Amino acid sequence: MSPLQGCLLLSAALFSVGLVIALARSNAILVLLGIELMLNAANLNFIAFWRFHGGTAPATGVIFVLFAIAVAAAEAAVGLALVIALYRHQKNLRLQEATRLRG
Amino acid sequence: MTFTFLILAVIILGSALAAALRPNLIHCALLLVVSWLGVAGFYLWAGAEFVAFAQVLVYVGALSMVVLFAVLLTRQSRAELRVDAPETRRAVWAVIAGVAVSGVIGTAVFATKWDSAPVTAPEITVRGIGLELMGAHAAALLLLGVLLTAALLGAVVLAAPDRPEKEEKS
Amino acid sequence: MIAAALTTDSFLERLPVLARDTVTGLLPVSWRWLAGSLLEIIAILASFGLLFAYLTLAERKILGRIQNRPGPNRTGWFGLLQPFADGVKALTKEDVVPAGADRVLHFLAPVVLVAVSLLGFAVLPFGRHLVAVELDTAVLYFFAAGTATELAVFMAGWASHNKYSLLAAMRALAQLISYELPLLLSVVPVVLVAGTLSTTKIVAAQGGWSLGFIPHWHVFTPWGAAGFVLFMVAALAESNRSPFDLPEAESELIAGHLTEYSGFKYALFFMAEYFGMCALSGMAVTLFLGGWGAPSALLEWIPSYAWFTAKLLVLLLGFIWIRATLPRLRLDQLMKFAWKFLVPLTLLNLANAAGWSLTAGWTGPLQLVRWAVALSLVAVPFVVLGRTLSAGSAPRTYRFA
Repeated sequence: MSPLQGCLLLSAALFSVGLVIALARSNAILVLLGIELMLNAANLNFIAFWRFHGGTAPATGVIFVLFAIAVAAAEAAVGLALVIALYRHQKNLRLQEATRLRG
Repeated sequence: MTFTFLILAVIILGSALAAALRPNLIHCALLLVVSWLGVAGFYLWAGAEFVAFAQVLVYVGALSMVVLFAVLLTRQSRAELRVDAPETRRAVWAVIAGVAVSGVIGTAVFATKWDSAPVTAPEITVRGIGLELMGAHAAALLLLGVLLTAALLGAVVLAAPDRPEKEEKS
Repeated sequence: MIAAALTTDSFLERLPVLARDTVTGLLPVSWRWLAGSLLEIIAILASFGLLFAYLTLAERKILGRIQNRPGPNRTGWFGLLQPFADGVKALTKEDVVPAGADRVLHFLAPVVLVAVSLLGFAVLPFGRHLVAVELDTAVLYFFAAGTATELAVFMAGWASHNKYSLLAAMRALAQLISYELPLLLSVVPVVLVAGTLSTTKIVAAQGGWSLGFIPHWHVFTPWGAAGFVLFMVAALAESNRSPFDLPEAESELIAGHLTEYSGFKYALFFMAEYFGMCALSGMAVTLFLGGWGAPSALLEWIPSYAWFTAKLLVLLLGFIWIRATLPRLRLDQLMKFAWKFLVPLTLLNLANAAGWSLTAGWTGPLQLVRWAVALSLVAVPFVVLGRTLSAGSAPRTYRFA
């Protein structure tokens, strides 16, 4: 198994752990943490390819990951603000209860 | 080299799995921070130092704070931090979905013929990254700035409490 | 460690590197790198540990003298054994953990805090050949290590199972996060002008003297002086020192997030605070005060690490002096100061530095224009913002003597 395959399997495993957390949990914050794990897995994938697959523009791979980290941070911030607004409305964080389109 | 990779893989996956299973929300958040640190270690091992330190700065330094503040602001008491275990049916289907996804990706990984890996990491300098960011990707950088500003303002507006209605002066 | 120009330096300059090479030379070749790194780590730990010990004593003596009292003078001559007495006290006190506390987090918080505070020392160039890790992204590494300390503050406040600790930890976190922005933004002009994130190259960019006696340190330029002051103010807040020591003040929420800590763990928190102070001062010396460079070409015979230590001690003395002089800021005053005053000033400083580096080729009377514009870009916003923000607070009248 080459190093690239090892890294890709690691990122696939991390992605599926994030997927399981996002699907199985009903607490809104845990779902957001699962999504963050999936984003991290994707970044891991990018860096694995950057390191082990070569290419002609080495800085581009790193820049892609930097952009992905920045966008993930922005998305997490907005998501957690949404969670706070949701909590203020229904006083708990169970996603199953957020079923009404209008409060 | 493989030994370092195995240790990093154990840290990353182990803390992610522990975060999936712990009933205490703060413990989940802190274990996820350990996982993020593990990912930063992976970036260092792969030779991308700039990304590794950016990962620590953004995820461990800032995102962990946002998550922890959100956890603390959305509860009535310390007891509420215990999250319920997921219902069994849902958990089983989620695990099946996760295994299926990783199975598909794993099959694809093993079935493809990869080129031989270069022995050393690609040479990049911070100066090179900076020049390329401001050169070829300048538009994307500006858009990212606009996105981050919009996210900041949006988060503040969403999380702010509703203003009380102004009394009409009669 | 760099080996460049090692052979042409004086004996005192080469002494630490020679000592390390002699010791590692006794070992087989494959062990040398590891042993060398361990020796560097031990040297940093030992010297900064001793500096921490005597800094606590110096602080108490200097605070005492400023307040017209002698400070500790009972243990040994002039109180010189006081740090060891404090150490013995801290080690032998009973370690109390609250009943409902999260034991693992309660134990981990001071440990993580000290460990992460020590990480910053790895990239500081203590001398011409004395930098522990030579990184291309040294400045980014330093601040990444600094932000990880906030997590430990949260862990301390949360794990204590005490609502006052938690409240104080959240206030401390709000302060730390708010002052990170001026801290990082005041460093960006230095990186812009020096063109690199590497601390050794930033020090090298400040070498040389004009007219034989004015060094090219960044602090002697308008944007550099403003940046230095802004960095030091933000560093005061980041290390929870007066006047920003609301999180740990005795009169605020008992002892803040440290309420439920006693004995050695309490000492560890203070050790982490002093290490953070030393690391930030070291970074200020590197970025603005020319690192290990001598102020004049005639004084170059004094070894570079002596100059670094001297500048570091001057900055630490400044920290202690400010503690003795200024009253504490309230939380809302603190946040207003960070967001409404420091952040705009640092952004303007960045524009100022950009203008300075673009006009570097101007000569003759244009140099006067350059200096005048740069100085006014520092002074005018400071005065205007200061007056606008403190409008409405009347001059203080004291009714009781």
